[in-house]
Parts: sequence; structure tokens; C-alpha cells
Amino acid sequence: MENVLLQHPENEIQETAELSESTSESPADSVFHKFFLEVSSITMFTLRFFKEVLKPPYEFKELMNQSFQIGYKSLPLVAITGFIIGLVLTIQSRPTLAKFGAVSWLPGMVAVSLVREIGPVICALIFAGKVGSGIGAELASMNVTEQIDAMQVSGTNPFKYLVVTRVLSSTLMLPLLAVFADAVGLLGSFVGVNLNGHVSAFLFSSQIFQSLDFRDLFPAFIKTFFFGFAIGLVGSYKGYYSNKGTEGVGKAANSAVVFASLMVFIIDMIAVQMTSLFQN
Amino acid sequence: MTAAATHRKAEDENKKNGSVVVKMEHLKKSFGNNRVLRNIDLAIHKGENLVILGKSGTGKSVLIKCIVGLVDYDEGKLEILGEDVAELKEKALGELRKKIGFLFQSGALYDSMSVRENLEFPLRRQSHSISKEQMDSLVKEALQNVGLSDAIDRAPSALSGGMRKRLGLARTLILKPEIMLYDEPTTGLDPITSKEISGLILEIQNKYDTSSVIITHDIECAKLTANRIIVLKDGTFAAEGTYSELEKSADAWVRSFFE
Ligand SMILES: Nc1ncnc2c1ncn2[C@@H]1O[C@H](COP(=O)(O)OP(=O)(O)OP(=O)(O)O)[C@@H](O)[C@H]1O
Ligand SMILES: [Mg+2]
Repeated sequence: MENVLLQHPENEIQETAELSESTSESPADSVFHKFFLEVSSITMFTLRFFKEVLKPPYEFKELMNQSFQIGYKSLPLVAITGFIIGLVLTIQSRPTLAKFGAVSWLPGMVAVSLVREIGPVICALIFAGKVGSGIGAELASMNVTEQIDAMQVSGTNPFKYLVVTRVLSSTLMLPLLAVFADAVGLLGSFVGVNLNGHVSAFLFSSQIFQSLDFRDLFPAFIKTFFFGFAIGLVGSYKGYYSNKGTEGVGKAANSAVVFASLMVFIIDMIAVQMTSLFQN
Repeated sequence: MTAAATHRKAEDENKKNGSVVVKMEHLKKSFGNNRVLRNIDLAIHKGENLVILGKSGTGKSVLIKCIVGLVDYDEGKLEILGEDVAELKEKALGELRKKIGFLFQSGALYDSMSVRENLEFPLRRQSHSISKEQMDSLVKEALQNVGLSDAIDRAPSALSGGMRKRLGLARTLILKPEIMLYDEPTTGLDPITSKEISGLILEIQNKYDTSSVIITHDIECAKLTANRIIVLKDGTFAAEGTYSELEKSADAWVRSFFE
């Protein structure tokens, strides 16, 4: 039974939906039911991930390949976004600080908001849009064209080969990308500061290092692992269990982005609560 | 009756007496309220080509997917090469599945890989110790068998429908399976290419003594390849026999497949 549910959650959902129709329950009930079925099947998907990630053989080569695809190929996009965010944030904050005569705080303030919050979150959202939807669409189209079945038949565990490698590499790559985004963002901020007036690179960096401490960096870094994990997992889940049919591919990609972005905000909220709990 | 036909008939009889490689007893499978397979009893003999006919949506694909384990059956018994599938552990089941080849209705080519990589993938996965030279020669041989040697470095998306089918076949055959399951090997192909594929299926049977199940709507293909034909209707078998027997069946519905 458990196995069947893992393999065809959509069928289960459809079946149950049919059943509830025949017993004339209200539509709200069926939506409710559907929601819990979805939650239970994604939970099971997550449990299966943890079971299979520990069990040898390990797909090391494919993990490397995926990390390259997912991480390296996202660099340009993350760099451009990071730079613009740093630049814009600096330009926008200047007038407010100028009102209080605190323009000299500009680098420090931008650094804190960038590193603590905006860098990781923007990077994760970009990542959800690019990588989450990419994984969703790729696995869904493999599902539609029976490539996943073909893998299973040829003696490969498709969950391990496709899902585990993708979830792991997005978990490992997003933190690196976020650090990179922070760095490029600070560069953007440096440019922004120098658009009006002159601040030397040395002064700029010493102001940044004064305002940032370990308690800013560490929680911000840790949460990006969770972002990456959630994005990889949601993308894989939506793709792996997509409807068979061409419209299934688009739907998988689309709902992967929506759901993954939502997860990013939820995780971020929890992370902020946790950090403030520990810091007080 | 021509000499060739007599020979063929003797061969059909011969296959019937071979040992059983796949055995199904009272097999049942439903999807929700949709009872697809209601009561399937089936024996596939060593070295025979068994053709399954039936209307679209009657569960032909589901039937062979049960054999290879892509679909879990609900009730009944399934024995493959003398082993009861329900009693096997995951690992033993994996080993057993390696002896079964499956040609997908759609070809199911890995479109992120080149033709060569498509063929290397199953080899790599099955034995980690295989050398580069061994792999190269197996890939070349497999492509030669299906007449695709020139396409080795192309992407699957750059192949025609018939070439894709043949590549799918080559990828399945590269592991030299004992049991081959073909899901509509000739659908969507022109008559000449269909005939070529049918020829390949026969060649495989003769060369490796493979036992095969062939699902098809293409009556020419059935005629060329079948030692025995089964007609599926409403989740059970409505008729069974050789091509010439069923062609003259008393049941008009069965006969309609052969017109
Ligand atoms: N994974 C699945 N989930 C739900 N229903 C399914 C599934 N696979 C098959 N079915 C149903 O089982 C029935 C038989 O499908 P199957 O694919 O075996 O038909 P078929 O005989 O191969 O038809 P065709 O000749 O068109 O390929 C269909 O009604 C189909 O809707
Ligand atoms: Mg079919």
C-alpha cells in the first residue's frame, strides 16, 4: 500500500476525489481532502529521499554533473541580480540617511540588510525560478515520455539517480551562490556609494566589516541550505509525480516555482524567528 | 499450403512445448473503479513470439508492464523464469528485471544524451567493470544490428520516428535480455519500415532464442512475427491461436482484427 501511494499519488488523489463525489460530500471537503493527500504524499517523498540518500550505491558522478548544471550555470544570473540589488539598495537608502545626517552609515546598513536578508532571499527566489522550474520541467518531461520508466527497467533506481542527485546539488549549490550574490551585491553597493561622492575601497570595506559580525553571517548562511533543499525537493516532487500528458510539463514547472518560492518565504520567516530567539 | 508455411506451423507447435518463462495465474489489476485486467491466465514459452491484439485501452500495455514490474498487480500470481515475483526481495527482483527487455510505445529515449550515450547508459549501470573498448564494440554492434551506425553522435531529437524506434530497440537489446516485451513496435511507421522492424524481431528470436511478447495493432507485423496470438477483451482473453486459426475464427469480432 505504501509503495503504491509512493508511485502514484495522483491516482490516489483522483480515486479519492471520485469516491468523495459518489458519496456526495461538499466540494470543500474534497479540496480539504486533496490538500491533505498532497501533504502526505510530499511528506512521504521527503522520507523516501532521506532513506535513499543514505543507501549505497551513491551516484557521485551524476551529483557532480548536476552541481555543475545547477550551480555553475546559475552564476551569471545571480551575479547580475546581486549587483543590481546592491546598487539600487544603496541609491535608494541614501536620501533617508541623508535626512538624519547619517550618510556615513550607508555601507554598513546596506551590508547588514544585504547579507542578513536580501541577498539570500533574492538569490533563493531567482534559484527557485531558474532551477526549481528547470528540475520540475525536466523530470515531468522525462515522466511523460516514459524515460523514468525506461531507467527503472534498465536496472537503475530513478529516484536515486534523478531526485536524490538534484536535491543534494541544489542544497549544496544555493549557499555558495548566495555567498557569491552577497559579494557581488556589496560590489554593487560600492559602486552606488561612489556615484555621489567618493569613498575609497578601504574605507568601504572597513565600514562593512565593522557592521557585520558572525551572528549576522552564520544564520543567514545556514538558512540557505534549507532554501536549496526545499527548492530541489519541490521541483523534483512536482516533476516526478506530474500528470502524464504534455500539459503536465508546464503545470509541473509552474507549480514548482510557485510552491518553492512560497517555501522560501516560510522558511525565511521560521529562520528569523529562530535566530532572534537564540540571540536574546 | 506452401513449404514455408508448413515449416512455420511445425515451428509454432515446437515452441508451444518449450519450457515456460513467464506464467500468470488469475492476475488482476484495477485503477480505482477501472478494472483493467480481470482474470489473466497466461504462459509464455521459451523462444516463442506471442502477439497480443486488442482494442485501444483494453490494458495491453498494463499487462506487459506488470511483467516488468512498472505496474504492481493487485491479485493473482506471476512467475518469471520460475520465480514467484511476490516472494522476491527488492535486490533479487532487480536482478530478475535485468533479464527482461522492454521496448516502450514511445521509444523513451533519453533526450539529454546522444545516441551513443543512450546505448552506454544501460551498459554502465549494469556492470561497473566494463572497459571502454568493450563498451565501444557493444555499442557499434548494437547500432549495426538496427542499421543506425551513421547516427552514433547525433541527438535523439534529430532522429526520425522509425530511427527512434530502432534506437529504442538497440538500447533494449544491448543487454541481451532473455525475455523481450515490445509495446507497439511498428505503430506510426510506414509499411516498409514496419516490415524491417518485424524482420528485426524475428532475427532477434532466431539469433538469441529470446521469448517475446509483441503488442501490436499492425496485422502485418502479427502475421510475420507471431507463433501464437492472443486477443484481449474486457480484461480477459477472448481468443487464442495461431494466425491462420484466428483468421478463420467463428467469432466475427475476433475475425475483424484480421481484415
Ligand atoms: N498509471 C495509470 N493510472 C490510471 N489508469 C491507468 C494507468 N495506466 C493505464 N491506465 C488505464 O488502464 C487502461 C488500459 O491502458 P493501457 O495503456 O494498458 O491500454 P492499451 O491496451 O495499451 O491501449 P493502446 O493500444 O492505446 O496503447 C486504460 O483505461 C487506462 O486509462
Ligand atoms: Mg498501450
